[in-house]
Amino acid sequence: MTIADWHDWLLDEAPASPLQARLGRLYATARLFGGNRPALLGLALVGLLALVAAAAPGLARFDPDAQDLALRLAAPGGGHWLGTDDLGRDILSRLLYGSRVTLGVVVLIAAIVPPLGLLIGCVAGYCGGVIDAALMRTADVFLAFPRLILALALVAALGPGIDHAVLAIALAAWPPYARLARAETLALSGREFIAAARLAGASHWRLLLRHIAPLCLPSLLVRASLDMAGVILIAAGLGFLGLGVAPPTAEWGAMIAAGRSHMLDQWWVAAAPGLAIAAACLGFNLLGEGMRDALDPRQR
Amino acid sequence: MLARLARLLATVGLTLLGLLLVTFLIARIVPIDPVLAVVGDRASSAVYARARAEMGLDRPVWVQFARYGAMVLHGDFGRSALTRSPVTADIRRFFPATIELATLATLLGLILGVPAGVVAAARHNRWPDHVLRIVGLFGYSVPVFWLGLMALLLFYADLGWVAGPGRLDPWLDGVVPTRSGLLLLDSALAGNGRVFASALAHLALPAAVLGYFSLAYISRMTRSLMLEQLGQDYIMVARAKGLSERRVLWRHALGNVLVPLATVATLAYANLLEGSVLTETVFAWPGIGSYITGSLLSLDMNAVMGGTLVVGAAFIFLNLLVEGVYRRLDPRLR
Repeated sequence: MTIADWHDWLLDEAPASPLQARLGRLYATARLFGGNRPALLGLALVGLLALVAAAAPGLARFDPDAQDLALRLAAPGGGHWLGTDDLGRDILSRLLYGSRVTLGVVVLIAAIVPPLGLLIGCVAGYCGGVIDAALMRTADVFLAFPRLILALALVAALGPGIDHAVLAIALAAWPPYARLARAETLALSGREFIAAARLAGASHWRLLLRHIAPLCLPSLLVRASLDMAGVILIAAGLGFLGLGVAPPTAEWGAMIAAGRSHMLDQWWVAAAPGLAIAAACLGFNLLGEGMRDALDPRQR
Repeated sequence: MLARLARLLATVGLTLLGLLLVTFLIARIVPIDPVLAVVGDRASSAVYARARAEMGLDRPVWVQFARYGAMVLHGDFGRSALTRSPVTADIRRFFPATIELATLATLLGLILGVPAGVVAAARHNRWPDHVLRIVGLFGYSVPVFWLGLMALLLFYADLGWVAGPGRLDPWLDGVVPTRSGLLLLDSALAGNGRVFASALAHLALPAAVLGYFSLAYISRMTRSLMLEQLGQDYIMVARAKGLSERRVLWRHALGNVLVPLATVATLAYANLLEGSVLTETVFAWPGIGSYITGSLLSLDMNAVMGGTLVVGAAFIFLNLLVEGVYRRLDPRLR
């Protein structure tokens, strides 16, 4: 088949098999996304972040933790393209390695929070009654905290560390997902195909996991990709306050804090990690907006 | 009406109780011994046991929680280990600084953000719209503490346009009597121009930085609310009647988005309470955010619990206000 044939087959109004229908939908979504230049830029930025994180040892020209006190606070240029920090460590190498912490937090949060919120929201919406009330009131309590303050208090209580930071961010981040999943579940559970599946003898768990949860996924996915910039900012804020990874591991927020005392004369020490954070967040924001436009045109 | 009020009060009460429980639990998992913090590590075991009993720590956890709850209901958050004064007094001293900052920032966001959003909607997909989109994206992507540092570098250190960190020049501290705790208001009431000018010079930069974030949010929301209105039939009718485009935009369309905009503004204000935590650290602003982070880093848990509770309660109150405002202003919901 030629490419044009494939195109026609994928976009066929009357697909002959479930596979064709599914691939066709994917293709249409990808075409919408691919025609959106800012979204592609976002995808490229996020891809760059992943690439840098994976290839940091190969890309960095210096050991990120190696101190060279003779070369403290060197200006950009020469052997150190972005200069050195107050312990003579190469800033570019620390930026490259710091991407691993940022991406690690994003991946962990994306793996924990949306599934958790999906489960809680679907169960609340499907069961209704006391279970719904209890779960949603709990969500309200966590929503009542400003996210950063809750994360701050938790990390301070648990002790600094990236694992505690992830736990704290996850605890602060799940309620909106649960609310979203609950709203979708409520809208779905009255529909005919759910009633039909129930008549056919599907169990509660089967209804929830096979029929309802998959349909909640697109909106949760959009929410998650739009949320990741916020997650990066909270993680960087915790690092800035000294509650992130333990030194000397490179982390962007902590790097800004370290550059703070040399702001007036060596501004580049604090400027570079801030730009890195902004680029990563911009990537996720653009990607998220693109996914929203492609997957869920109603929210535009 | 009465039933709705009762249900609302019950919901708020439950949420506040949950807030109390969560802060209490957070304070309990801190790996420090509060008794040791009081008696010191060289106290005899008898002194230790007496102090422990006095603090009620030998009772079951739920009794401790009930006692803490009763204390909070009486407006008593305990004593701060760091400042040595009651947490309530500390909060009363620090909170006005945050209110002043967040209010001015929200005002800036509204004054600039609403017109920007209207213009972007009117010039949909043309350059004003694109510019605003970039401004908004930047606002959602930049760490507030970094922007604050860079702004200090540029506008304070390099250009000298504004005053540096802090709320006031040190030699003007305590010159005007504290009435509201809002320095601008207090100095205006006392008729002291020098204090007013100094307070404004210190406030300008942190308020502008925070205001930028609220501008990003408010303008994006205004734009999408306006776009929704501009697609409706009554706008077409107004245009067909020959009304000027200005009147259609600013009177008819904007008039119809004022109600949801009130919600947006309140939410922006609530967000700034959160954003102020890191901003206050950067600008050495003696507000509730600095108070909470400072106490956190020295594990002064009474202060942390008190501060977190107050901010959380303010958050709940603002959200309630949103709903209330919505109901009052939107005749369909009456």
